[in-house]
Amino acid sequence: MADDKSHPPDRTSGVTRRGLIKGIATAVTAASAGATALLVETRHELEAANPSGPMPVSIAVNGVARTGSFEPRTTLAEALRDSWGLTGTKVGCDRGACGACTVLLDGLAVNSCLMLVHDADGRKVTTVEGLGSPEAMAPIQKAFVEADALQCGFCTPGMVVSCAGLLAKNPSPSAYDVKEAVAGNLCRCGTYTGVFAACEAAAQGKPEVTRG
Amino acid sequence: MKNFERVQPRSWDEAASALAAALKSGKSAEAKGAGTELLDRLKEYNLAPDQVVDLRRLSSHNSILRNSSGGISIGALVTLSAVASGLRKDLPALADACEGAATPQIRNAATLAGNLCQRPRCWYFRSSEFQCLKKGGVECLAKSGENEFHAVFGNNTCAIVHPSAAGVALVALNARIETLAPGGGRTFAAADFFVRPEVDIFAENALKPGELVVDIHVDRLEGVRSAYRKIKQKQAFDWPLADAAVVWRETGGVARDVRIVIGSAAPVPWRAKAAEALVEGKRIDAALAAKAGEAALEGATPLGKNAYKLPMVAAVVRRTLLASAGLPDGTEEHR
Repeated sequence: MADDKSHPPDRTSGVTRRGLIKGIATAVTAASAGATALLVETRHELEAANPSGPMPVSIAVNGVARTGSFEPRTTLAEALRDSWGLTGTKVGCDRGACGACTVLLDGLAVNSCLMLVHDADGRKVTTVEGLGSPEAMAPIQKAFVEADALQCGFCTPGMVVSCAGLLAKNPSPSAYDVKEAVAGNLCRCGTYTGVFAACEAAAQGKPEVTRG
Repeated sequence: MKNFERVQPRSWDEAASALAAALKSGKSAEAKGAGTELLDRLKEYNLAPDQVVDLRRLSSHNSILRNSSGGISIGALVTLSAVASGLRKDLPALADACEGAATPQIRNAATLAGNLCQRPRCWYFRSSEFQCLKKGGVECLAKSGENEFHAVFGNNTCAIVHPSAAGVALVALNARIETLAPGGGRTFAAADFFVRPEVDIFAENALKPGELVVDIHVDRLEGVRSAYRKIKQKQAFDWPLADAAVVWRETGGVARDVRIVIGSAAPVPWRAKAAEALVEGKRIDAALAAKAGEAALEGATPLGKNAYKLPMVAAVVRRTLLASAGLPDGTEEHR
């Protein structure tokens, strides 16, 4: 799958941290494959006896149909990251306060940590990976790079998605509109001026960014 | 959060029946709109229901309707964003209250009914470490504790402030809140929907277990003027320290049927009746607005750490009155 372009492999070693962890997990799972097969056989019985068991879901994520079976308590953020590998969406506070988990639901910015995955069933979700890739960045992503609109980068995917949501609705926002659009995205490094500059530059289609 | 059974009704009646059935069988159940507040409480283990009954995916009570006499009905599932953008001209007080709430991401998901039914943000209530009066404890811990964000009116029993800004606007607008329950629904005046701790310490509204808000109705008033203003520490994404909604009818150049409601100041949206009486029948100007702001403090009982709120309440009432009359209120530069 080419969906995790935000984490290109480490070219010096050919091993990614995430890949290594996944590899270990696979090895552990393989050791208990017999037990897993047994579980699958009795899954339907278990589901009937356990109404809070996994329920199916189907969501168009970045234009690709994603399906899965999740416990009712699963959030959209957890499904995106843990099941579908779309780790561009970050989980910071996990309470809707920081905005790192922002995705577009049918074009509107929402906190994926405060949404149950089954609530997104049948709808369209866009994550930061769906806006563009390192090789073919969306204008807003390019503007973030050019404005140097990040320091540690943890808030950046949420900031980018909030700005993309704004620009889709309002192609020429005022400075006030930009500040309002990212009012739910916290940056502990304080890179807001860069974010504002990037969003305004992307709105105007300017190649050069003036840092405010 | 603890896992739960997701109940996906096909209609509002089915949802109400599912909640009633759960109660009857001794299961705990919660109704969920967007779930922005519910998920917060589930993750904090403030709640651990056996069932969550989903309303979000229901196909009715999710739009704004206008009737032939100019009245407006807002479905329970309409988001705060949709209220803010859809009712700016009709109901500026409600639109501004919704527009200023929380963050864009939350406003795009959170529903108006969910906003009205939020539980208090009091840190003693929210923390599992404290057993406050609302959770069956023996006293309100805020009254003698950390109460800088708590009530300055009506705080004798429990010092929460009601968390809904939309509720402040709806009480000022004299809106009606319609509910659904298996035995039949009810319609409340917004002011009667919110209940003081002396009436029910365990709830902030008059809903019975399993009863659901389905619509919010606002009648058309000839010559109506309304505004909502708030004072907060940050310009964005902050709970108000004081907020107010003002509604009146312009008749012959003077204000009639004046309703002034203060928020973030009491366990319910708080009518400032002395201020209303002062403004009734007069033309609103800067001097009258300032006097009304002072009058709004009548009956205040500040706690150890929140007397600083009183000048804010006076200021926000003054500003909101001025804004409702189309006069400069001093907040223009921030908008």
